[in-house]
Amino acid sequence: MISLEPRAEPSKLMGYAAPVIALVVTLLAGLVLFALLKVPVGEAFYAFFIDPISSVYGLSELGVKAAPLIMIAVALSIGYRANVWNIGAEGQLILGGICGGAVALYFYEVEGWFVLPLMIFAGILGGMLWAAIPALLKTRFNANEILTSLMLTYIAALLLSMLVHGPLRDPDGFNFPESRLFHAAATLPIILEGTRLHIGALVALLLVVVGWVLLSRTLLGFALKVNGQAPRAGLYAGFTQNRLIWFSLLFCGAAAGCAGLFEVAGPIGQLLPTISPGYGFTAIIVAFLGRLHPVGIVFAGLVMALSYLGGESAQISLNLPVAVTGVFQGMLLFFLLAADVLINYRVVWRSKAVKA
Amino acid sequence: MSIDSNMLVMIGLTVISAATPLVFAAIGELVTEKSGVLNLGVEGMMLAGAVSGFAVAHVSGSALLGVLAGIFAGMLLALIFAFLTLNLRSSQVATGLALTIFGVGLSALMGQPLIGIAYEGLPDYHIPVLADLPVIGPLLFQHNLLVYGSIALVLAVSLFLKYTRPGLILRAVGDSPGSAHALGYPVIRVRYLATLFGGACAGLAGCYLSMAYAPMWVENMSAGRGWIALALVVFATWQPGRLLFGAYLFGGITILQLHAQAIGINVPSQLMSMLPYIATIVVLVIISRDRGRIRKNAPASIGQAFHPTK
Repeated sequence: MISLEPRAEPSKLMGYAAPVIALVVTLLAGLVLFALLKVPVGEAFYAFFIDPISSVYGLSELGVKAAPLIMIAVALSIGYRANVWNIGAEGQLILGGICGGAVALYFYEVEGWFVLPLMIFAGILGGMLWAAIPALLKTRFNANEILTSLMLTYIAALLLSMLVHGPLRDPDGFNFPESRLFHAAATLPIILEGTRLHIGALVALLLVVVGWVLLSRTLLGFALKVNGQAPRAGLYAGFTQNRLIWFSLLFCGAAAGCAGLFEVAGPIGQLLPTISPGYGFTAIIVAFLGRLHPVGIVFAGLVMALSYLGGESAQISLNLPVAVTGVFQGMLLFFLLAADVLINYRVVWRSKAVKA
Repeated sequence: MSIDSNMLVMIGLTVISAATPLVFAAIGELVTEKSGVLNLGVEGMMLAGAVSGFAVAHVSGSALLGVLAGIFAGMLLALIFAFLTLNLRSSQVATGLALTIFGVGLSALMGQPLIGIAYEGLPDYHIPVLADLPVIGPLLFQHNLLVYGSIALVLAVSLFLKYTRPGLILRAVGDSPGSAHALGYPVIRVRYLATLFGGACAGLAGCYLSMAYAPMWVENMSAGRGWIALALVVFATWQPGRLLFGAYLFGGITILQLHAQAIGINVPSQLMSMLPYIATIVVLVIISRDRGRIRKNAPASIGQAFHPTK
């Protein structure tokens, strides 16, 4: 009979191994899934995991998708370490896109150097504003931030839809629900000629460094960890929970808002009713898969970015629904959570007789 | 424009049909939470129930089989959650989120061939004599069986928790798993059953959406109702009676957008669609600000893993 035996202390090795185990098992489960869908397994695998990254352009697209995931996940991981469960990053991303996009449209006639910085500022502010709501409701009224931040995501999506159907709609756009295309001055510089890879990728890496310094080299980072693992100890040490809630949410709002602005000012180039394929939610998986560690998150972000590209590629070449991506992402998180048991427990076989 | 009795009946009917899925999903989650388990995967289980119920009903032509399939699908997802959190002691919050992400993706994948297919909906059942009463008859006694079932379920859960021995054990497990374990009650088994019950109810809620409310399959059709159901449990301070009231209140808010234009309110439809989400935040704030009341009513061990050896 299989049973779990607690380890004397958490296994470091398993901490690193669990994500790898989860990935391998997800791939195997993917084989089964493809077989069930009656698609040729070999072709599906090639389309999903190899084809998207077998060219320079493909690799650049990986960067385009990974950038927002990494930006948001680094910020989320800081809150999750302190048990602040912001799951509304998607809404904060949308607000960043709306606010930054509105600035671009306001200065539609102007082609100044200041337009893009102003858009970034507005995007960050928009995301922070949206994240400030759950922070305020949590600290003042004790309202569960999981539910409030998620409800705000639905509201943000409807707000975006309302705006592109109304005030921000392209006046010459034949009533299509989309804004005007942004001018060159309002779009992000490309860092690799001929691709869509924009400076967001560099910002994401910068944020990884910032996140790492914050967590491992500052008192604030220490307070976040202590309050997450031992709230009472944190209390005795004088770390106030409210300040950490505010910090985690505002930081994440800023990162998500910036990521949202980068989407509309980068790959999209205008405001549309949908500006993200769920980056804010996928970033939650990225944060966990990356062990809530900035460096781990870089790898996890690339893996999840591949799941998006693979989904698109499989849709084109094999006519598979894009939803396959969501199934893969969900499975990966399940397997990761399951594999995590190995950090604190060892699996032992023992006969019933011994137990008795 | 005058509002006559026909219109009142019509509004009442839409409130009931909007409230019913919330009743199912929330009462299931209430039982789960009473045992000390917080399952944030309601949305995912609902969608799994919706797509499975619709698919089986469509293929087999039997509404009953469809409903059973929906319940089964919800329970299957709940089983994954229970195994991960109860046996492998994973984080309930993270696992619940995974369940929702998985459920959204899986239902979209399974539902691909079902898009655009029409379904006649569940048949209404007219309760003899009562259904013929003016106004009250069409409003209260001409529904499909799921509507009656949702009310009966709330009543049953209420009585179960308050007056039966297993109900008492369930509450004990949620409030003090250590003591319950010491007294010899199987904490993990109780939590398994409560979680599966929550999954079954969420599956039913999904069935109602795809087989009676819509009735068709649309990707992501639950549109946050699973999350609203979670908020309803807090709103109800874990009491079934209040939960029923809350679900109908939210049903009313949800259908405001349908009737706003008829009454002559002219605002963008998106603004009206925001109302249930805004209302959810507002009620959460109102209820949660009273920390004492939450602490008194919430199951004491909610969200915490149980280690029998400790």
